[in-house]
Amino acid sequence: MGTGNSLWLLTKKTLTGALIGVTISDRYVTASPVRGSSMHPTFTGSSTSFPGSLKGDVILVERFCLQKYKFSHGDVIIFRTPTNQKQLFVKRLIALPGDWIQVPESSEILQIPEGHCWVEGDNPASSLDSRSFGPIPLGLVQGRVTHVIWPPQRIGQVERKMPTGRISPY
Amino acid sequence: MAVGSRAVAWLAGAARRIGSVPWRNISAEAVDRTLLVVKAACFAHVINSYVVSLALVRGPSMLPTMNLTGDIIAVDRVTARWGTVAVGDVVLLRSPENPRKTVTKRVLGLEGDAVTYIVDPHKGDASKTLVVPKGYVWVQGDNIYDSRDSRQFGPVPYGLIQGRAFYRVWPPEGFGFIGQKVTSL
Repeated sequence: MGTGNSLWLLTKKTLTGALIGVTISDRYVTASPVRGSSMHPTFTGSSTSFPGSLKGDVILVERFCLQKYKFSHGDVIIFRTPTNQKQLFVKRLIALPGDWIQVPESSEILQIPEGHCWVEGDNPASSLDSRSFGPIPLGLVQGRVTHVIWPPQRIGQVERKMPTGRISPY
Repeated sequence: MAVGSRAVAWLAGAARRIGSVPWRNISAEAVDRTLLVVKAACFAHVINSYVVSLALVRGPSMLPTMNLTGDIIAVDRVTARWGTVAVGDVVLLRSPENPRKTVTKRVLGLEGDAVTYIVDPHKGDASKTLVVPKGYVWVQGDNIYDSRDSRQFGPVPYGLIQGRAFYRVWPPEGFGFIGQKVTSL
């Protein structure tokens, strides 16, 4: 029963590794590939079909921000979409609760309600974001993107950037 | 000079004693024990987030189903993840007004349902009807006289739901399954 024993040992080690991996990915830091072009040029996403999905950027997402839900203007965050809870989007945080924001392509000015935020993609031409589904509750946010870790020529920190003249904190 | 040589002898003896402590065994055992604690913590996290967890719920908004002073309930995490929350379930969700707060309410409408609700029970019987948009749910506390819920903040995205409350663990008098039916106040 030598092989039976070593198989059991291998299973145990794999299970332990998976448990530790899932815990770290849920609580501390995780990596994720990017799909779509809504955050161009910050991220170069791959197309959604195989083998396109192998060529997209891979980003590093930290979960420490979820302990206090403290975000800054210009952070890139990932969140569950309000229309489909199984889908995760990556966009930039433009406005925090209490800010007044000017909705682009319309002369509307609206105030972000308590506990919500306004997100927009860096590539407004092909981005499904708060301009379509409105401000999203901060409770949907799943992490903050800090670095691009693949491909090697694009490795680097993700900067905080704000479009000028769009929001006012008063 | 006798003092000096005695000190040297004592130091040599101490060095021998420290050398004879099985450091490698001790460090191996310490790593083993730490790894065991880490494994147990990871197991607890996975069970807590993906299978079942306990929660303390307080407040008047779910009277008479939940007590004012606090009940401990078992929350099933599988239903919410799989998208099988049903109308009549009591769910825990992150408050849309404050992401650091978790609130307990009953689901009264899923996406596509038409929900009729009394706008302000203190001020008469005026009611409104609306259709819950795709990806959202309508939640209300059982105690409509003292509850901040979808009547104030609108339908909430399904992604805010953390789990379904299915069993009351404490206090012992209230031990039992949490029902689907709303007992009206």
